[in-house]
Amino acid sequence: MAARKAAKKPNVSAEELQGYYRDMLLIRRFEEKAGQLYGMGLIGGFCHLYIGQEAVVVGLEAAAEEGDKRITSYRDHGHMLACGMDPNGVMAELTGREGGYSKGKGGSMHMFSKEKHFYGGHGIVAAQVPLGAGLAFSDMYKGNDRVTFTYFGDGAANQGQVYEAYNMAELWMLPCIFVIENNQYAMGTSTQRSTKSPSYWERGAAYGIPGEEVDGMDVLAVKAAGAKAVAHCRAGKGPYILEIKTYRYRGHSMSDPAKYRTREEVQKMRDERDPIEAVRSMLLTGKHATEEDLKAIDKEIKEIVNASAEFAKESPEPALEELWTDIYAAETAPQNA
Amino acid sequence: MATEILMPALSPTMEEGTLAKWLVKEGDTVSSGDIMAEIETDKATMEFEAVDEGIIGKILIDEGTEGVKVNTPIAVLIEEGESADDIEASSAPAPAALSGEEGKAASPATASTPDAPPTPSVDLSPDYPEGTTMKEQTVREALRDAMAEEMRRDDTVFLMGEEVAEYQGAYKVSQGLLDEFGSKRVIDTPITEHGFAGIGVGAAFGGLRPIVEFMTWNFAMQAIDQILNSAAKTLYMSGGQMGAPMVFRGPNGAAARVGAQHSQDYAAWYMQVPGLKVVMPYSAADAKGLMKTAIRDNNPVCFLENEILYGRSFEVPDMDDFTVPFGKARIWREGSDVTIVSFGIGMQYALEAADKLAEDGISAEVLDLRTIRPMDTGAIINSVMKTNRCVTVEEGWPQGSVGSYISSVIMQEAFDYLDAPVINCTGKDVPMPYAANLEKHALITTDEVIAAVKQVTYR
Repeated sequence: MAARKAAKKPNVSAEELQGYYRDMLLIRRFEEKAGQLYGMGLIGGFCHLYIGQEAVVVGLEAAAEEGDKRITSYRDHGHMLACGMDPNGVMAELTGREGGYSKGKGGSMHMFSKEKHFYGGHGIVAAQVPLGAGLAFSDMYKGNDRVTFTYFGDGAANQGQVYEAYNMAELWMLPCIFVIENNQYAMGTSTQRSTKSPSYWERGAAYGIPGEEVDGMDVLAVKAAGAKAVAHCRAGKGPYILEIKTYRYRGHSMSDPAKYRTREEVQKMRDERDPIEAVRSMLLTGKHATEEDLKAIDKEIKEIVNASAEFAKESPEPALEELWTDIYAAETAPQNA
Repeated sequence: MATEILMPALSPTMEEGTLAKWLVKEGDTVSSGDIMAEIETDKATMEFEAVDEGIIGKILIDEGTEGVKVNTPIAVLIEEGESADDIEASSAPAPAALSGEEGKAASPATASTPDAPPTPSVDLSPDYPEGTTMKEQTVREALRDAMAEEMRRDDTVFLMGEEVAEYQGAYKVSQGLLDEFGSKRVIDTPITEHGFAGIGVGAAFGGLRPIVEFMTWNFAMQAIDQILNSAAKTLYMSGGQMGAPMVFRGPNGAAARVGAQHSQDYAAWYMQVPGLKVVMPYSAADAKGLMKTAIRDNNPVCFLENEILYGRSFEVPDMDDFTVPFGKARIWREGSDVTIVSFGIGMQYALEAADKLAEDGISAEVLDLRTIRPMDTGAIINSVMKTNRCVTVEEGWPQGSVGSYISSVIMQEAFDYLDAPVINCTGKDVPMPYAANLEKHALITTDEVIAAVKQVTYR
């Protein structure tokens, strides 16, 4: 993968490229700040950072339209920022505060936004895969042409329920894009040590689901593949699989020392394949932006992230009464809701 | 501006650690992502990365120092042209530990004082108006009618499960539904409980109201993660933004001679889970009224049916829209000497026992819980305050049974009203055997209920 060069897309506009740069940088700086707040004890429990994988969600969100749905695992901060959720609300959920998306009751792994069609934030590896197929089912049932992006990792890709979902998704032609974010390590176990069939997308063939492998360090390649998958689903042709080869720079979670790979391996990725650096270099060499333009974006992002951290520190802890709310929804449904 | 670099917390439980090694020295320039130090936590040696750009102005904690508390300043990061001493002026106090009052929030339902329990307000109103015409119907037909009526009422309701459509239901509960509603709304699934339960929950997140049939609740064990972790908890985890308005249903408990893996009562399992509602009807009228309520409920409902009861006939009110509210027990017969509390097929033993006990001059009040969660504990307490004795009857295993929970509620709320210890009649503490005689012994029997009542009434 490291040898592959970023695909040159001649007709990408300066505005579009700058947008990718900005969106990926927001995720990276946000995650670095989250790591810092974790170190200060302001964020507790499990915290899984998305650093290195930014091009995956930013590329796919570029292929999405209003009303499309997305659902993912516990490594979810990037997905939320990419679909337009408020960094303040995300960071305040990480610190377990009232201003968080789940009022502090969900945490890093469990956030949702009905408004942005973001359906979590799920902590059980692969459980979100049938859930995503079910979201796609709801759109098919309603007869609209919306699609659902169902994200999971290479670790989840070995769970049985993924294949149960594949089978039914193709059987019922559900508009579901199964996005395998293959960052090559299921916690500490490399794909080589997990399976003898490491080309995960090809497993879809057993169910009749088409798919492809995508360079996940190249945001333009991800966007192009995403557009193809979206078109397939919107046309009523059933599900599609994108296996996106990516890399996480940090450990599985904050408490993972990542001794299962060498420092050189990580450094090589950072130096040679960094998705943000790639866009930065495209912007500069293609004269789509000046150093000053990029500095201005950097500054803007830094301010957004710092503001989110401030908000997350200052937002009060949830009132103790919140312990007892949101356990049950109001009793009954309106007629023909 | 000079900033302090603080000793990081690098695991959910870390309070202090060893600063094993510095990988930078004073005067070094660092940028975001550079590894500055190695820190030993209680679990592992972790690399500590720089978050901001700057110059290491001063190292405050030497390498090899043990027991460095989290949030202790370990170094000072300065910008070009600054001195490490600038930190004195600009230093902000280390962030305080998360504030928050110690202590617990009061439970909304606090137990009353044991020596003066107020009489609980109990809803004893009938489920349908007096004079309503009744019709004879099996539990199977009542459940089908309930689903059909709700599917006519609300387009978002659909049924999915194994053999629910073309086969007309493994136990014929969904007979005729495919013909009326078509394959869009009555959907045969492959034999993949884990997968289709998850798809059902996802569809509920997406705004539909699925009814997910398990051919039996034994098979729902494959899907229990989706029922608990995805359906029951999402409303809470999302701060009320979204949940799973849906019904999981199917036969529960022992049928007849189907062996250990197909004969288990899950009432006590699901009863424990906040976010779920658990229904276990006995009569056809309750099966119908509760199923309609379950489909309309905005929460995930586990609806525990019973294969033996499917074919049994009861009087069902002949009404356009008959529903039974959750959390309201039904008194099947009034009595003064003992309260027998049961639900589902356990009611059969409870009622038979009450008939026979009446012949011996013992007047038993028989209470059908109908919903296990929410549980009408008020009705139980109310009755026990009158009879002073209680026997619970269920098919499930004894340890952690529904009855053991009822016993603890009675002990906490009506202890001084008890004239005898509560006895829990349950299935035996064994996997279900196949042999006819052994199976009969493993299940609860009417004679055991009678014996328990005689014991608590000292007869």
